[in-house]
Amino acid sequence: MSLLEIEGLDLDIHGEAILKGVSLGVAPGQIVGVIGESGSGKSMTAFSVMQLLPDGAMCRGRVTLNGHEMLALSEQSLCRLRGNEVGMVFQEPMTALNPIQTIGAQVAETILIHEDVSRAEAMSRARGALERCELPEAKFPLSRYPHELSGGQRQRVVIAMAIALRPKLLIADEPTTALDVTTQAQILQLLRRLVDEDGMGLMLITHDLAVVADMAHEIVIMRHGEVVEAGPTARVFAEMRHPYTRALFEASGHQPERDETRRDVPLLQVREVVRDYALPRTRLFAPQEHFRAVNGVSFEIAKGESLGLVGESGCGKSTLTRAILGLEEVQSGQILLDGEPVFTGHRPNREVRRRMQVVFQDPFGSFNPRWKVGPLVTEPFHLLDDPPTGAARDAAIAEALESVGLSAEDRHKYIHEFSGGQRQRIAIARALIIKPELIILDEAVSALDVSIRAQILDLLADLSGRFGLTYLFISHDLSVVRTITDRVMVMQAGEIVEEGPTALVFDAPQHDYTKTLIAAAPVLPDRGAA
Amino acid sequence: MLRFAFKRLVSLSLSLVVASVVIFLFVEVVPGDPAAYMLGMNATEETLAALRDQLGLSGTLVERYLSWVGGMLRGDFGTSYTYRTPVSEMIGERLWISLPLALYALTLSTLIAFPAGIWAASKRGSVADVSVMGLTQLGVAIPNFWFAMLMVLVFSINLRWFSAGGFAGWESGFLPAMKSLTLPAIALALPQASILARVMRSSLLDTLSEDFIRTARAKGLTKRQALWRHALRNALIPVLTIIGLQFSFLMAGAIIIENVFSLPGLGRMVFQAISARDLIVVESVVMLLVFAVIVVNFAVDIAYAAVDPRLRVRG
Repeated sequence: MSLLEIEGLDLDIHGEAILKGVSLGVAPGQIVGVIGESGSGKSMTAFSVMQLLPDGAMCRGRVTLNGHEMLALSEQSLCRLRGNEVGMVFQEPMTALNPIQTIGAQVAETILIHEDVSRAEAMSRARGALERCELPEAKFPLSRYPHELSGGQRQRVVIAMAIALRPKLLIADEPTTALDVTTQAQILQLLRRLVDEDGMGLMLITHDLAVVADMAHEIVIMRHGEVVEAGPTARVFAEMRHPYTRALFEASGHQPERDETRRDVPLLQVREVVRDYALPRTRLFAPQEHFRAVNGVSFEIAKGESLGLVGESGCGKSTLTRAILGLEEVQSGQILLDGEPVFTGHRPNREVRRRMQVVFQDPFGSFNPRWKVGPLVTEPFHLLDDPPTGAARDAAIAEALESVGLSAEDRHKYIHEFSGGQRQRIAIARALIIKPELIILDEAVSALDVSIRAQILDLLADLSGRFGLTYLFISHDLSVVRTITDRVMVMQAGEIVEEGPTALVFDAPQHDYTKTLIAAAPVLPDRGAA
Repeated sequence: MLRFAFKRLVSLSLSLVVASVVIFLFVEVVPGDPAAYMLGMNATEETLAALRDQLGLSGTLVERYLSWVGGMLRGDFGTSYTYRTPVSEMIGERLWISLPLALYALTLSTLIAFPAGIWAASKRGSVADVSVMGLTQLGVAIPNFWFAMLMVLVFSINLRWFSAGGFAGWESGFLPAMKSLTLPAIALALPQASILARVMRSSLLDTLSEDFIRTARAKGLTKRQALWRHALRNALIPVLTIIGLQFSFLMAGAIIIENVFSLPGLGRMVFQAISARDLIVVESVVMLLVFAVIVVNFAVDIAYAAVDPRLRVRG
């Protein structure tokens, strides 16, 4: 008998159909990957199992967990099952823990809620759960608070909470999406080990096909609240019966067609750049200590070139970006655009600033929600001495919006009327409007679904050909960098550790860190080979 | 934690020094010679000089500042120009009304606001929530002096439960004294409680929508357990801020209510001292209030750190 059995599950929230006839099953010791893009209903399927749905939700169908009819149980009985027979791990480890309780108290709570044991015993079992999640006592005593831990470590605490009572089923909702590649690999390995040790079932929800490819026994592909294809992993990858599965697979490994002409004239020159941050003083008259975020970095980008910069969080990528954009002054070294310094004296050089623009990761947070698209897109005009007005301004807005595949009329709308992919197009239009030469793409496609990501990558490749744009493409996602850059640099702890033509670096990495990164990145099996 | 408290204590002392200098200079630059004001038009130059000496108004600016601060540290606040009695005695008497009144009102306001705010938040959108929100809206909107007069009408004149005004004095015993402070405390607490309940509710609702509440529910906690164990303490920071501000306001801002109930409190004294140009009283009371505000802020800072471990590292 299956451990979890979902049959014909329908879910309405305030009358809107979210799930339509979803059926899937998880057996003990089995890993089932549930894959879909945002809005596919994969998370809502998980919350239906937990019966932790938002107000106004109505479930129909059958959800059977270890013999319990979840849809028929009282809230009281559900509370007894949650954390005990089914545990859950969430996407965002930074906010999943209570910031004002120690990790020990939070893990022990799972035990105290369900079993009549002393606090001391619960604490010692919490210790055991943390050990199983590879958080040893010496470095991670129970008295630690969440803010003292990194994202990966916090995710281990969340997992320890979920498995403390050795549940029969673990649901992990995008458990590694917010993490770096090497951390992602470690967390996935931890989950796999726990499944093997406890014989529990794992429902692994993700948008990333590659993550489940070499881990899941079965795959379920969801779209618009329905299961479109399901089966053993190898068979699904080999057959791909449903066109959406094929589309998803192709979008994941999408290779935009790029015009690779470039001139060997340097556009951006970065020479021996050092960026220090002052650390807080430990004593009143202690000497000022510094943290060196960027340490002697030098590189060049040729006109028309696309250069990738990869590295994990905290490696100094963002600091370097801010320095290039002239948002922060550097302590030593030089940054030149077409021979002109980004900083003159202690002030950013406007002449240079207007020739480069940036597109950020978050298509939701990087726009003022109270402005219409027209004014949003024209924001970079403040860099011009004589910005266009009236008809010329309208024409510039229309041109920018049309060049990213939107219509000129969209300028009258507010930003919340657009989807994530459309917002990222607007962000690109905003960068294009003053016709820059260099565009810095700071994790510009990381928050997007794979199919949208493929479209944006195509758009970027097309724009670069049409306008002769130069890109600095910053990302933690190696597969994306591989598809869109000519050359790539690998950054670690403030330094560039490896640099070279993209294909060469990926196929024959020289530096140990590059090798680690590439080994950690999940890869899709070749079509039909799995 | 100790280190944090020590750092806050250092900054507290510095604030007090800066405040005393500002208050001193401010009173110095106010035009008008208290000695001339007290002796009238016909005073001779000699009697004026003698009185200035007596009042501590002669000497250089620095000397006068130091003697003022030195006096305060010894508990000597000088002598009132108009009443010719030591300011410390005047403040002492009135502080024994204003401070208990402020604490009484604050306790009432917290006792009303916490349950109301928590109840409304836990039953969001229900009849309970809507009624609490409606009542607090009313509580903020009603002028407290009007409400005070209404209470006097009902409880003092019609029902004769409380006296209409005045203070029984602590020498008449704790309960009679508290009884005479009850109506003023309720009048002061009502708008404060309304604001506090609204802050509590919205802060708790924000916290309840956080990811870690979902995590707590996934562990098997009921909604109620998640609220009491995880949401409440996290929601306290903005509430503590408001409580701190309210206490400072209650110490000095009770003038109108003190007048309605004819209570001889600090607010009334400052008001009278300003009209009589009794600068030494004004100076001392303002300094005392600044001291109270700074100490309350210190207490609020310590409370923040007690609530949230992330605040203990900074300082």
